[in-house]
Amino acid sequence: MALNAYAMDMRVRVDPSKCQGHNRCYALAPELFDVDDLGNAFELNDGVVPVGLEDKARLALANCPEFAISIEE
Amino acid sequence: MAETVFGPVTDWATDFDHGSPAYAADMHKIWDDLKTSGCPIAHTNRYGGVWLPLTHEMVHEIAYDTDHFSSEGPVVGQLKPSEVPDRIGAPIGPVPPISSDPPFHAEARRLLLPAFSPKKIDPWRDEVIEICNKLIDDMGDANHIDAALQYSQHIPVMVIARMLGLPVEDGDRFRGWVNLVLSGIGEERTEERMAKFEEFNQYLAYHVNDHMENPREDLISFLLNAEIMGQKLSLEHTVGTVILLLIAGIDTTWSGIGSSLWHLASNSVDRRRLVENPDMIPAAIEEFLRAYAPVTMARIVKEDMEFHGVQMKQEDWVLLPFPAANRDDKQFANAHEVVIDREENRHAAFGLGIHRCLGSNLARLEMNVAIEVFLKRFPDFSVDPNEMVTWSTGQVRGPRSLPFVVNARA
Repeated sequence: MALNAYAMDMRVRVDPSKCQGHNRCYALAPELFDVDDLGNAFELNDGVVPVGLEDKARLALANCPEFAISIEE
Repeated sequence: MAETVFGPVTDWATDFDHGSPAYAADMHKIWDDLKTSGCPIAHTNRYGGVWLPLTHEMVHEIAYDTDHFSSEGPVVGQLKPSEVPDRIGAPIGPVPPISSDPPFHAEARRLLLPAFSPKKIDPWRDEVIEICNKLIDDMGDANHIDAALQYSQHIPVMVIARMLGLPVEDGDRFRGWVNLVLSGIGEERTEERMAKFEEFNQYLAYHVNDHMENPREDLISFLLNAEIMGQKLSLEHTVGTVILLLIAGIDTTWSGIGSSLWHLASNSVDRRRLVENPDMIPAAIEEFLRAYAPVTMARIVKEDMEFHGVQMKQEDWVLLPFPAANRDDKQFANAHEVVIDREENRHAAFGLGIHRCLGSNLARLEMNVAIEVFLKRFPDFSVDPNEMVTWSTGQVRGPRSLPFVVNARA
């Protein structure tokens, strides 16, 4: 499992044309997302999800009302 | 002007009245009955013609389709926007930016977004905690309280009045005007109602003038200095936005706090879980927002069109019942159950698309703090079986009285 976890390369993306600033991702996973002065979200660290935070990435995706977040694995 | 219809509803599919007490009391059952009878979009001739789509898919589609649906009339009234005297038409509308359409909408909204962004709202937390604790202190050691009249209704008023720069002690007057604008939509346009609207306008004119003469650090002064495309806002735009922030900032959050408290008073298992695990409160608040979403918005049909098999006419009203979308079992597992640790929750309580509630970060902060403080101070409370819980009517739904018995305090 550990090897598998290290090998995994998960990335999150916020589609800025869909984000309306509901702020769910930033509230649930501030390690992965930030918001600008208008309250619109963007991904941190070019979207790379550190090992151990995969569940937080999935939680953010599952709570975005605008379906603006995607995950690449 | 279409014939005006008043009186009891005869059929919810063809003659609904979303402003009636009967709808407020039983809306979940009304939606379910309509959907199971094969009517995912109801109609009424009341208010000059209104459509009520009930699925998440339809609500989502209309919210996104600003080409066919205008926001000029966000609250259904007895007059269509084009019939309103001294109309400020699309794309600005009477209360920008909620009443505005693209492309003007984006400009009017961008102006306000920074003031309501998470990083500007989070610092209000301590002040909201203080407000909530003070309201509970003021209840003394009474065991019978009204959590709507003594608690939930005051919290948003005190915060938005401070943000705008209006006297906090005028809370009762603000709530009176909120009821006038939002709860009285099914009533006829009597002289008494018109006189109250006039009083509201004069109150705002006085305070906006006062801010012109004595600028200060608040949202009214900010609006008076703001520019869109190099132009100062018109006075109508400024006053319209103040009306919006005041009205939209008050009874929506008051309703959200009240519905959450009502749920916790009625469900002791959920209440105990949150008392023992306060870190579950944020997820529970999202579930209360889903299950008891307070706000339904409205749109105006721009031109005759077909929508999912029905013929919509130019200037028909279309409701966006986000509360119904949130109970759609195609979008949510166990949509009718309140699951306070629901993991997947793409609820639409704050709307969808470009009109996402501007104050959603503030509303969430107030709801979270209000529930945190209440549970900390009153770890055990229940609905008083000898009294009545009453609910608002109209496009904003929430409890207007919450008679509780306090069974334990800390």
